[in-house]
Amino acid sequence: MWIRSSMTYRTSFVVTVLGNLTVTGLDFVGILLMFSQVDSLGGWSLPEVAFLYGLSVTAFGIADLLLGSMDVLGARMRDGSFDTLLVRPAPVLAQVGADRFALRRLGRITQGAVVLCWALLSVDIDWSAAKVLLVPVMVISGAAIFSAVFVAGAAFQIFAQDAAEVQNAFTYGGTTLLQYPPSVFGKDLVRGVTFMVPLAFVNWVPAAYVLGRPYPIGLPSWAAFASPLVAVACCALAGAAWRTGLRSYRSTGS
Amino acid sequence: MYAAVAAGGFRRYATYRAATVAGVFTNTVFGVILVYTYLALWDEKPHLGGYDQAQAVTYVWLGQCLYATLAIQGGGAEKDLMERIRTGEIAVDLYRPADLQLWWLAGDVGRALFQMLGRGVIPFAFGAVFFPMALPTSVTPWLAFTVTLLLATVVSFAIRYLVALSVFWLMDGMGVNQVLMVTGIFFSGMVLPLNAFPGMLGEVVRVLPWAAQIQMPADVLMGETDPLRAFAFQAAWAVALLAAGRLLQSAATRRVVVQGG
Repeated sequence: MWIRSSMTYRTSFVVTVLGNLTVTGLDFVGILLMFSQVDSLGGWSLPEVAFLYGLSVTAFGIADLLLGSMDVLGARMRDGSFDTLLVRPAPVLAQVGADRFALRRLGRITQGAVVLCWALLSVDIDWSAAKVLLVPVMVISGAAIFSAVFVAGAAFQIFAQDAAEVQNAFTYGGTTLLQYPPSVFGKDLVRGVTFMVPLAFVNWVPAAYVLGRPYPIGLPSWAAFASPLVAVACCALAGAAWRTGLRSYRSTGS
Repeated sequence: MYAAVAAGGFRRYATYRAATVAGVFTNTVFGVILVYTYLALWDEKPHLGGYDQAQAVTYVWLGQCLYATLAIQGGGAEKDLMERIRTGEIAVDLYRPADLQLWWLAGDVGRALFQMLGRGVIPFAFGAVFFPMALPTSVTPWLAFTVTLLLATVVSFAIRYLVALSVFWLMDGMGVNQVLMVTGIFFSGMVLPLNAFPGMLGEVVRVLPWAAQIQMPADVLMGETDPLRAFAFQAAWAVALLAAGRLLQSAATRRVVVQGG
C-alpha cells in the first residue's frame, strides 16, 4: 500500500529515488574528497576504507529498509495512533516496520553494494576460502546488528516519546563511524562500540581479518568470526527490550 | 506583527524539550565522529584549506551548532509551508493582511534563534571543553560573527522558501526535500570545509549561496576572511534569492489553482 501511495506523484517519486541515492552517496563523495587531498587516512588506503564503507552502508541499508520506519514511532505515540497497531491481530513490530515502508530506501543498499563491489575488486587481498565466506556473513550479521539497534531504539522511544533523534545518533551515527578505520578514533570510543554497542562487529573486527590488519584494541583472532554470535545476542536483547517497552506502554488517551 | 510571528516560532520549537535534548545528544555524537576523521585528515595533510588542526576542530563544532539553526538539511519553516500548499491551507495565508514571504521569514527566524540557543550552544561548548579550538579572545570577531549568522539565517530561509514554492507545481514535496538535503549538506560544507575542496570544484562551491551558511561565519569567527567581504557576499545572495522568491510567489498565486479539501 505504501509502495503504491508513493507512486501517485510520479515525478516526485523519481526525484526521491535519485535523491536518496545521492544523499547516501554523499558520504562516499566526502571520503573521495578527503582522498583527493591525501593518500591514506589513519594509515588505511582508499580501497580499504571503501571496503569498510561498503560493508557498513550495505548492512545498514538492509536494516533501514526493514525497520527504518521506527523513527515515526514517537509521533504515533503522541497522536495516539499507536494504539491502533496494538489492537490489530498482527505483530506490532512487523506493523511498525511496514508503516510508511519506503521503496526509495533501496537507493542506500544499491549504493553501498556498488562501493563494496568496487572495493572488493581493487583492494589488495590474498583471498582464502574463509575470507570469501566472511564477506556475506559480515553483511548479514551487520544487518542483524543494525536491526537490533533500530528495535532497541524503538523500545527506548516508548519511554522517551519525543526523542527519535537519540536513535539517529546510534543508527546514522553508527554507520558513519564505521565508514572510517578504527585507527582514526580514540581508544575509548573504539572500546565503547566494541563492548557497549557492539557495532565494531559489523565490519571493523571481521574486516581486520580479511585485510590482514591489526585487530582493534588487541582483540583475539577468533573475534573476527564472532559477528553472527554477536548479532544473535543483540537481537535477543533488543527483542526483550521491545517486549518490556510494549508491556509498560501507556496510551496518551487522546 | 512580524516580531510576534517570530516569537511564536521560537515558542513552538521550545515546546519540544525532549526532542531538543535528543538533538543536542545527536549533534554531539556526530561532532565527535567528525572531529576524529578531520584530525586524521589534517594529520596526513597539515594546513589543508589554510586551516590548522584547531581551526578544523572549530569548524566541525560550528557545523554541528549551525546544523539545526540554519536547517542545513531542511526541516525548518519550509516544511510547514509545503504541507500547507499541498493541503490547500495556503489559501488562508494568502487572505491574511500580511506579506507571505515576510510572515514565513519571521517564523523561521524565531525557529532559528531557538535552535541556536537550545540545540547549538551545548555541542559547541562541549567541543570547546574537550577539544582544542581556535576561538577569538576579543569582542570584535564575535560581533562580526553574530552579523554573519543573521545573514546566514536569511540566505538559508531564502533558499528553502524557493524550494517550498515549487510544491505549487509539483504537489508533493518529498522529492524536492531530498534535493534540499543533498545540496544543503554538500554545498554548505557539512561534509568537508569548502576551502578544502580541490581545484575547480572548490572555486565553484565557494561562490554558491550555500557558502554563506557555515563557511562564511566560520571564516569570520576565525579571522580567515575580511568581515566586510563576507557581509557583502551574504547580503548579495540574500537579496537575490529573496527577490527570486518574490517573483516565483507572484507567479504561483496568479496561475495556480489551490487544492480544495
